[in-house]
Parts: sequence; structure tokens; C-alpha cells
Amino acid sequence: MDAPRHGHGSNGQLVVEIPNTSFRVNREVFVSKDVLEREQHALFDTCWIYVGHASELRNPGDFKTRFVAGRPIIFVRDRGGEVRALINSCRHRGATVCREREGNARNFYCMYHGWTYQLDGALRNVPGEDAYPSGFDKKAMGLVAVPRLESYRDFYFLNFDPSAESLEQYLAGAKDSIDLVVDQSPSGRMEIISGTQEYDIRANWKLLVENSVDDYHLIATHATWLNYMRNSGVNVMPPKGSGQLLPTKGAGRDLGNGHLTTDNPNFRGRPVAKWISIYGEEAKADIDAIRAELVARLGEARAARVADTNRNLAIFPNLVINDGSSVTVRYFYPIAPDHMRVVAWALGPVEETEAQRARRLHAFLTFYGPGGFATPDDVAALEAAQQGYTSWRDVQWNDLSRGMGRNEEQHNTDEEHLRVFWRHWKLRMEDHA
Amino acid sequence: MNKPLDEAATVSRAEVEDLLYHEADLLDAWKLDDWLKLLTDDATYYVPPNDKPDADHRYTLFTIADDIVRLRERVIRLKDPNCHAEYPPSRTRRMISNVRITGVSGDTISVAANFVVYRFRRHTEPYVFVGRYFYKLRRIGGALKIAERRAVLDAEELGLLGSVSFLL
Repeated sequence: MDAPRHGHGSNGQLVVEIPNTSFRVNREVFVSKDVLEREQHALFDTCWIYVGHASELRNPGDFKTRFVAGRPIIFVRDRGGEVRALINSCRHRGATVCREREGNARNFYCMYHGWTYQLDGALRNVPGEDAYPSGFDKKAMGLVAVPRLESYRDFYFLNFDPSAESLEQYLAGAKDSIDLVVDQSPSGRMEIISGTQEYDIRANWKLLVENSVDDYHLIATHATWLNYMRNSGVNVMPPKGSGQLLPTKGAGRDLGNGHLTTDNPNFRGRPVAKWISIYGEEAKADIDAIRAELVARLGEARAARVADTNRNLAIFPNLVINDGSSVTVRYFYPIAPDHMRVVAWALGPVEETEAQRARRLHAFLTFYGPGGFATPDDVAALEAAQQGYTSWRDVQWNDLSRGMGRNEEQHNTDEEHLRVFWRHWKLRMEDHA
Repeated sequence: MNKPLDEAATVSRAEVEDLLYHEADLLDAWKLDDWLKLLTDDATYYVPPNDKPDADHRYTLFTIADDIVRLRERVIRLKDPNCHAEYPPSRTRRMISNVRITGVSGDTISVAANFVVYRFRRHTEPYVFVGRYFYKLRRIGGALKIAERRAVLDAEELGLLGSVSFLL
């Protein structure tokens, strides 16, 4: 092994793999402003980045404003019903033209000088227009649309690279994992449930990719959640002598293009459709009915796949869908090398009854989110790691070799699926070096 | 035997303030088992999401929506050294003001109050949680008990407040 250097480049200094032997990530990737700038170019300017879900824009004029790929974006359904992603910056002098979080708009009015744009971005009104020179072309001065906006099963992604492959090509094997989520709805329609969890973690954004799919940490980090499950009568004991860390043995999977997922037999209950004691006896018949609908619609095998398996899906680079004790959609983005923002929602079938929806939300909050029994400890772990990385010049490498050298399927508690992320990260960063 | 209307009607703001200040002391001192004794057997604890402060937890994803079962489990968790987000436990200090009795309905007394909760952890800037408490109190065996406490944050998003891993 070469002596570690502080520099970087196309020779793979930051991610070093010796096949079947070792896999190391240089901690510089979590602290370097230079790496962050290169990530903006190599990842956020060229990958498909999640912007929102069709269910968030039910009616013409519905909009959400959010930061996506480092830009202020208006995610809006225009008067003709088309979903658009517009850059929220006036063509005149740059002010954001929509400053509300969400709502229903007739148009977007810039409060600086009063330029007014239609929902499709076209510039409609310029106060005192007759003072502009003859070459001033209003038609060419609409809000800038993102170069590409495509959706897969109501999940909308944007891309700032006009020559990027299609979203469906990009998603590759991740489409199957999304299908397993959408199949939970009898009509194939899922919806983002109202209520946003938007919180910061003082850690590098890539640590949340790792953490979201890393089942190795469950025992140590989430001991109190496991304790709660145990207190509630849910079996969380690993089988004796099996070498397993969890009651069920799951897999880590490479879905192509840097996407990855865990794929685990469920032990912790699912609103669709696996009863556990926490739901209460009165929920049993209802869960059975949900299950029966799945079987009738999808057949036994597919129904079992939907109802009895959990996934933590990471879509490269910054979207995670947890399909387990509830369904979460969360994206996150860097604010600084040691600071990220997380935006998270619950997702559920549009057909859910009040009782089913309440059960889903209750299950969500037991584990997930900034007030859950688990996520705050993940946040603590990531922030502890980030604090450790202040010594990155002295202690330079993270070890991600768990499971290497074993030929059989890689477990969810191994790190092969984390390596999938890092290999793709390295590829993209070198391609754009 | 029961005279709920009379009992509720005789509550004074001073008595309510005493309860809230006592609760704040217990929480700041991490005397969580003692704090549980202030609650009714069906008590609930809510922190609505910052973007939907007036919402109903049955239809909206909250930050926290505990029934009494999960609330007792939350205390078990908070006392456990494996509650990493609160280990070592945060130092907190609560300022409660503008306490008002906003309504009496049957045996339930509705109370609103403003709060500032400072949370301190090593090597980080203080976290300052600002908002409004909404309580539902009931008198049980002569003592005022907390049947519902709702902590509504003023911040537009949690942002740098991070997790609500302690009892807000």
C-alpha cells in the first residue's frame, strides 16, 4: 500500500480497494471543502436528484419551494396540469420570486421590482416595460426550467445535465425496489403524508447514505429501540450460534449505478401487512384484510415479497426510501463538509382508512425522525464520527471491509452495499476530475 | 362523588403555574420517574411538525406523538446510557411564562404558556427551543394532573435544533 497522501486525484487516493482483502475510505472526503465542491459538479450537477412526489401537487397552481441540487427550486403544477421544476430566481436581478414554503399560486410575483411570471415560468408582466430597449425579448426571459425533469411512478427527479441518460435508465435496479413500495397501494398510488421533518446533522452528507443502509450498527446504536420492541413483545433475539446479529438474516444488494438496498425478512411489523403486538389486538383483522387484498391483486408470492420484506433503499446520491416499519422518503444535502440538512416525509397508500393511517404514523415515529426512538441516536453517531474526523490527518482511513472475501451472498450486516456507494462515488468523481 | 365541573372551575392560575414550574424543575433535573407521576394514566405528549403546527397526529406526521405506553417507554429509553443522543444527558433550563387558563370544559382545564428551553451539550452552541405549550389538565384525587402536553415550536424547521431527543 502506498503511504497515504493528503492530496487526491484520479489515482484513487480517496477510496482504496484491494479485491477480497480491504476497502478503505480516506476521511478527507468528510472534511474537505475541495471534495465538496467537486461533488457539486460530479454528482449534484449530473445525477438525477429527487425533487418531489406527484401527490404533493394535486391541483394546478400547487407549489412547493425547496433546495435541490444546491439550487432554489419551485416544484409546481402549472395551469395545464404539467409538473415543472423552475429555478426560483428572477431573470431581472435574481431575487427568489416565490418565498413561501408551499401553497397554491396564480402566478409568481417578484417583490423586488414586480416582474410577474406564469406558473409555467413564462414572463407575463414587466412594470414600465416601454423603458426597455428594442432588443429586450420578454419571451426569452421566463424563469429558467431545470434542463431535465422526469418521473418514475410519481417520484420526480431533476437533472442539470441535458445529456444525461433517462431517469429510468439511471434508476436501473432501484426501480424494482420502488415498485415494491408502490405495490402497497391497491390503485398504485402512494402519497406524501402532510408534515415535514426537516433537521440538520452536523456531519458530512455521505455519512447518512452509509447509516441509512448499514444494519451492522443496529445492535450498538439502537439498543434502546430494541429494548422497546422487546418490552412490547416483539421478538428481536438473534438465533443462537448462527453468527447473526438480528433475528432474521438479510442481504445487501447492488442495484446498479451506485444504488443499493438492504433486503431483509421483516421482524418488526409492517402497516402493509405484518401485524405485531404494538399495533394492538384490534388491528389484527384489519392487517389480515390488507394482506388478503395484496394476495388477490398480486398473487401469494408477490404479496409475500411486498408484505414480509423490508428495504432501506439508497438512490444515488442523496435519496433514501426506508420501506419497513413505515415508509419514509428522505433526501439530504450538504450545507458544508461537516453539516447536512435532512428533509423527510412519510409515504402511504392513498386508500388508507383513518385507522390505518394513524397506525402507519405511529409506527413511523417509534423508530424514525428527530423525535423517534432510533434516528436521534443515528444523528449522535454521525456527529460523533464527524468529530472524530477532525483528526483526519492523523487517523486517515475508514475501514469498510466487512464481508469481503466471502463468496456467498453479502448480508445486510456486511458492508458490501456500502462499498457499492463508494465505488460509484469514486467513479463519478474521477470522471469529473 | 364526582364534582368535575366544580373542581375544574376552582382552579387558579397560581396553582397551574406551580404545576408547570414543578414539572420544569423535574425535567431539568432529569427526575423522569417523578415527572411521570404528574401525568394521568392516559396522558399524551405531542410535538407537531414545524410546518404544520396546528395539525392532528392521526393524519399528519409529527415529530413526537406519544400515547402513555410509548411515553413510559420514552422515559425508560432516556434513563438508559444507550440513549446515545442524550448520553451524557443534556443540560436543560426551561423558562415558562405567559401562563393562562384558556378554557374549562367538563373536568378538563386547558392551559397555554410560552416556553424557552435551552439545551446544552459539550462543544456545541446552545440549542434554543422556543414555542408554546398547550396543556390539558385534570384534577385527580385533589391534585392537578397532566392529561396532555403539546409543545409547539416556533422555528420554521428544526434545522440546527437537530433532534428533539429530550423531553421538550
